[in-house]
Amino acid sequence: MKKGYFGSYGGAFIPEILHETFQQLTAQYEAARSDPAFWAEYIALMENYSGRPTPLTYAANLSKQLNKEIYIKREDLNQTGAHKANNVMGQGLLVKRMGKTRVIAETGAGQHGVATATMAARMGFECTIYMGAVDVERQRPNVFWMQQLGAKVVPVTSGSQTLKDAVNEALRDWVGSMDTTHYVLGTACGAHPFPEMVSWFQSVIGKEAREQIIKLAGRLPDRVYACVGGGSNAMGVFQGFLENQEVELIGVEAGGKGISTGQHAARLASSDATDGVAQGYRTFFLQDSDGQMLDTHSVAAGLDYVGVSPILADLHSKGRVRFIAATDDAVVEALKFLMKNEGLIAALESSHAVAGALAEMDGLADGSVVIINLSGRGDKDIFTVADALGDPGWRQFIAQKAKQYAGESS
Amino acid sequence: MEKMIRSTKKPILLMSHLVLGYPGIEENRQVIAEMVAGGVDLMELQIPFSEPIADGPMIAKANQDALDNGFKVRAGLDFVAEAVKAHKIPFLIMTYYNILMAYGVEEFIKEAARIGVKGLIIPDLPPQEATEAIAFCQKYGQGELDWIQLMTPTSSDARLAEIGKNASGFVYCVARKGVTGKKTDFGDDLAKFIKRCRAATNLPLAVGFGVKSAADVSQLSELAEIAVVGTAAIKIHEEQGAKAVGEFFKGLR
Repeated sequence: MKKGYFGSYGGAFIPEILHETFQQLTAQYEAARSDPAFWAEYIALMENYSGRPTPLTYAANLSKQLNKEIYIKREDLNQTGAHKANNVMGQGLLVKRMGKTRVIAETGAGQHGVATATMAARMGFECTIYMGAVDVERQRPNVFWMQQLGAKVVPVTSGSQTLKDAVNEALRDWVGSMDTTHYVLGTACGAHPFPEMVSWFQSVIGKEAREQIIKLAGRLPDRVYACVGGGSNAMGVFQGFLENQEVELIGVEAGGKGISTGQHAARLASSDATDGVAQGYRTFFLQDSDGQMLDTHSVAAGLDYVGVSPILADLHSKGRVRFIAATDDAVVEALKFLMKNEGLIAALESSHAVAGALAEMDGLADGSVVIINLSGRGDKDIFTVADALGDPGWRQFIAQKAKQYAGESS
Repeated sequence: MEKMIRSTKKPILLMSHLVLGYPGIEENRQVIAEMVAGGVDLMELQIPFSEPIADGPMIAKANQDALDNGFKVRAGLDFVAEAVKAHKIPFLIMTYYNILMAYGVEEFIKEAARIGVKGLIIPDLPPQEATEAIAFCQKYGQGELDWIQLMTPTSSDARLAEIGKNASGFVYCVARKGVTGKKTDFGDDLAKFIKRCRAATNLPLAVGFGVKSAADVSQLSELAEIAVVGTAAIKIHEEQGAKAVGEFFKGLR
């Protein structure tokens, strides 16, 4: 098999100008990977800075109601509130090794942008974040924090103004700045070595979860659920169980307004996506018959993306990972359900994993052991969730606040 | 195209570029006629793609606008066929690999050869991935369809040599780090870079990215066989209309 390929997927379809940069990055990544001291440094940093290992919480109330043993992997407890920290801190250590001084990143929900900005602040790098203008609009609190952390946030107004356009803009920056700049790609997508490298940093989730479930439940789980946008949190948790065929791995994609409406981001759970090459790699893309990428939809900005990790595309084609989709409505219900029953506020992205699991519990034998990867916390989604719930108190508060600001500026 | 390029008496050839369907096919038809009348020797016709990662903001926006206006690949190829018939100069297709994949890589290349396209420029298909595509160009082009390789200042000498080995027609030298349309510094660096390209290939060299004045072209004529003019012409077209594009090219050489 060719390097950087997973079955037919992956590769490095990049402009020639970036060839040497990717060669250099691949060499540094491979050197780090074969150096046990690097991983030890990484783990020590994550323990001290990001609260790892994150707990595997026994969801006592859910378990009782559903007659299952349900455990929740708490990536929401990371520094900045999501699994994104695992990837950015790892890449930050690599940037130091490479001697570069500036980092750039794309962001959808803003979680990866905030995580990158904290890493840059901590490690002393200059930082620019590219974010689709539509996402800037719906994730304003994260934009605020990125700026406070010292990052420059550039709203991207080309294309559909979402995650994929932010990726293109970040690549454009990199083409002209690679001497000093590292592109901190946020998910297990893009050209080699990114899918493999990001998955490696995220594998810390699965390593911990495996040890924890054996300790807590006394055995491996029957099923593991994770939401899939680009696929990094899913790759992270799945890697703890890939070798054990008896553990069923389920990726939950954004069903949006329903698969039949076409307004979704289900690449592998629907038959709408086809084999293609874009943004540096080969995978299944939601595209038209001419090969033009389609607009995707999800209530969760972080899942609103046309492509999917080439590693997951391969695991899907081999039948090792099963893919399902959860609609926006089911996701909001799952979010409410988890809050009321376990006191956990999940991100809209992560609530897809919860919704996917809840939808399938009926068909599963009583006492089965299930892990749900809770990739991030939901505080950032307060505006979107409050809208979805139509909460009158919140509306009134925002209206008052707006009035106050308008008064100050006039 | 090597023979055609070698046979010229001009100090340097001009290769222009335009995005199909931007602002519309009828406008493309006029601009092509203006460019040919203005003395353009070769022309790149870009098939728009929704994710043009190697293009700068101006050409990227032109890609998106063309798609928003309903551009379709099949109609675009029909238009390319028409342009090839109407004008004597060689036409090349520039696009991204996914457009070929969606059409069928073999089918696309076969079709390009059939309608008389002289070269393909696919910036996101690096040499190590292009083996199959190059073979199709040879099979269907019978020496008349060149797979245009790109050389860049960041490529090592070993890499340039590898690229040169598989090149045909001419080699496209990307004169600066960065995307299309920004200012190129035609300094010593460029001369050194071109020298490295010469060492890697005997083919004619086209130098692109940032050429916008007669002075740029005159300076390039000492270094390369072809000057590529892309973004500057799009800007003239946007600001002053199709007619001005012909005048612009007349004034370049």
